[in-house]
Amino acid sequence: MSEPILPPIGMLAELTHRCPLQCPYCSNPLELLKANRELDTQTWLDLFSQAADLGVLQVHLSGGEPTLRRDLEQLIAGCSARGVYTNLITAGVGIAEGRIDAFAEAGLNHLQLSFQGARPATTDRVGNHQGSHEKKLKTARRARAAGLPLTINAPIHRHNIKEVQEFIDLALSLGAERLEIANVQYAGWALANRDLLMPDRAAVDRQADIVAAAQEQLAGIMNIDLVTPDYFAIYPKPCMGGWARDAFMVAPDGTVLPCHAAQTIPSLRFERFGDRSLAEIWIDSPAFNAFRGTKWMREPCRSCERREIDWGGCRCQALAIVGDAAATDPACIKSTAHGRMAALVDKTRRSNTAGDDAFMYRRMRS
Amino acid sequence: MTALRERAIVSLRSAPSLPRHVRIQYDPVRRAFAVLSPEKVFWPNEISLDILRRCDGQSTVERIIADLVADYDADRQDVADDVIAFLQEWSDKLLVKL
Repeated sequence: MSEPILPPIGMLAELTHRCPLQCPYCSNPLELLKANRELDTQTWLDLFSQAADLGVLQVHLSGGEPTLRRDLEQLIAGCSARGVYTNLITAGVGIAEGRIDAFAEAGLNHLQLSFQGARPATTDRVGNHQGSHEKKLKTARRARAAGLPLTINAPIHRHNIKEVQEFIDLALSLGAERLEIANVQYAGWALANRDLLMPDRAAVDRQADIVAAAQEQLAGIMNIDLVTPDYFAIYPKPCMGGWARDAFMVAPDGTVLPCHAAQTIPSLRFERFGDRSLAEIWIDSPAFNAFRGTKWMREPCRSCERREIDWGGCRCQALAIVGDAAATDPACIKSTAHGRMAALVDKTRRSNTAGDDAFMYRRMRS
Repeated sequence: MTALRERAIVSLRSAPSLPRHVRIQYDPVRRAFAVLSPEKVFWPNEISLDILRRCDGQSTVERIIADLVADYDADRQDVADDVIAFLQEWSDKLLVKL
């Protein structure tokens, strides 16, 4: 290969698929893994150690709900001992008293807390968990008391897009350093619930104005990052910074993946940590090399001046909408399928008469 | 809005420091210094690194400028402009505390 394989910088560790919430846009796969499929403590520690050797500088501890792992303190300490920057991505519901202090003591660098709504009723309804908003507020306060830097993550869709200004106020009142206004990516459970979640263009435009004004007004006070909605975009996002380019994720059972939804691509076979070392998977795995760099690209990507900006966008979105994982992401205006994105937005607008209770909530099959 | 903090403006008397969520670390794999922050990793150039390393909460901006003028044998006004602009930008992104 003429393009060198660079070492990865970031790793997203999905420690578990278990979660007290049931958000209908969860990025986990529809087929959730039960606790008995999760890697044990020592295997995660070995994996983090190999990741550090390979060049990983940041580990994002996620799930499901990562705090359901009773060994989370040990896992944080293991990363910390290797000089890896740790970020805990939590729903902030049901964390026992004293544990956040223990995470901080173990060396946690940063905590990211999700809010499904800026209003308690929205949070409780979207996550399908009564009282969750109040619990999240308590988690935020505990994180601050433990001296942990805080990001508030707000996944945005039709049912809370009108609360964007309130999310900003909420994050400010909690003393967060950072707020992510993250428009839902339509993969996993979000794809299954797309018709119920898709916002309309007027709301998307309003959101962009509110965020732009707040970003200017809050310079030096709070960072606001906007994850833009692909279905209203002109150009695609560099999904994961490019397929297998500087980040990867690991599922609870140790399957190493280039992105959340990669397993939806039926032509690819993914390998598990333990069967092979992390370095072997990163460098040699056919699935990682399938869409790495620019060699796999066809037109219009191949000769596009943006090919090393967006790396062709999202492979899973190309598969979901165009039916071909090697196609240009249809979020791109140069894609022949770009019109389908707007058509899908239109279709959801026309067909959407159902109430919230029609969500297919994220649940494990029993 | 009920912000709990205000935007800080760089002055010569500021004593900048790195907040808890930001750290400088040598990366043996890439043989370079990285700045680690919640979602991003930065690869500062030599002069940026020289500024950031002096953000110890003790040295004033005036002192940092004087040090760099001596180290680089450069014009004071040029260095001062660069240092102040850099620190204001990093403070606005909450990567440096003033």
